Amino acid sequence: MSSFVHEEYPVAKGDYTRAGEASTDIKRRLRQLGVSSNVMRRVAVASYEVELNLVIHSDGGKLTLDVDTDGVLLVSEDVGPGIPDISMAMREGYSTASEEARSLGFGAGMGLPNMKRNADEFDIQSEVGKGTRISMRFRLT
Amino acid sequence: MTLGDMVDVLHAKVLVGEEKLDTPALTACCSDLMSDVLAFVNEKTVLITGLTNPHVLRTADMLDLKCLVFARGKVPTDDILEGAADQGLVVMTTKVTAFTACGLLYEAGLRGVPIEWPEGEEQ
Repeated sequence: MSSFVHEEYPVAKGDYTRAGEASTDIKRRLRQLGVSSNVMRRVAVASYEVELNLVIHSDGGKLTLDVDTDGVLLVSEDVGPGIPDISMAMREGYSTASEEARSLGFGAGMGLPNMKRNADEFDIQSEVGKGTRISMRFRLT
Repeated sequence: MTLGDMVDVLHAKVLVGEEKLDTPALTACCSDLMSDVLAFVNEKTVLITGLTNPHVLRTADMLDLKCLVFARGKVPTDDILEGAADQGLVVMTTKVTAFTACGLLYEAGLRGVPIEWPEGEEQ
């Protein structure tokens, strides 16, 4: 099944001013497609969290949105630095975020657990020195 | 309780959305940690915060929140207020602290957002 929507959003390291723009656009597109508000909100929250993670923690990356009849697929890929201990990173309250991120209201260590909670399927792969890939699927019903 | 009732309870000043004060406020949450708000809020609710940066607005947008209350007399910049107007939010500021704002609203009958603990994490 081909995608109704395929979009890629580059996300720059440390760009706190634009952080969230991709997620705002993703939510707008889902609304245009008539996706239910519940699913739309879950995608938006997961997308915003992963976008912020790219800004706060990565050396830059991109978000990719695909929507088809099966649902929404949101993939985050970055170019490093990778997560040394994924099980620690998945723990609520564990964070390595900078003071700058914390001053903006982030870095509470809720990002990855929150993505997992909102997505129907969640997968994270990471290699130190190479990068991290997070894949999230959301069913439409 | 309506958003207009909240204005009375908090002696608040409405910055945006004066025409929507008859909207009902069913629940509220109070936090400066947007990560926590994103993690636990799952309904259209009122956010009481001391944080006035653009991420409060983004968080409100992602969650379809309907009202922002800035405590301790804080007023966000004009661009944030314009963004809030575009999003259809009601924004108000109150001179009391976030703690006192919560207390006053609770006393007036407003309650917190119910938290659904993930399976196996009930406390």
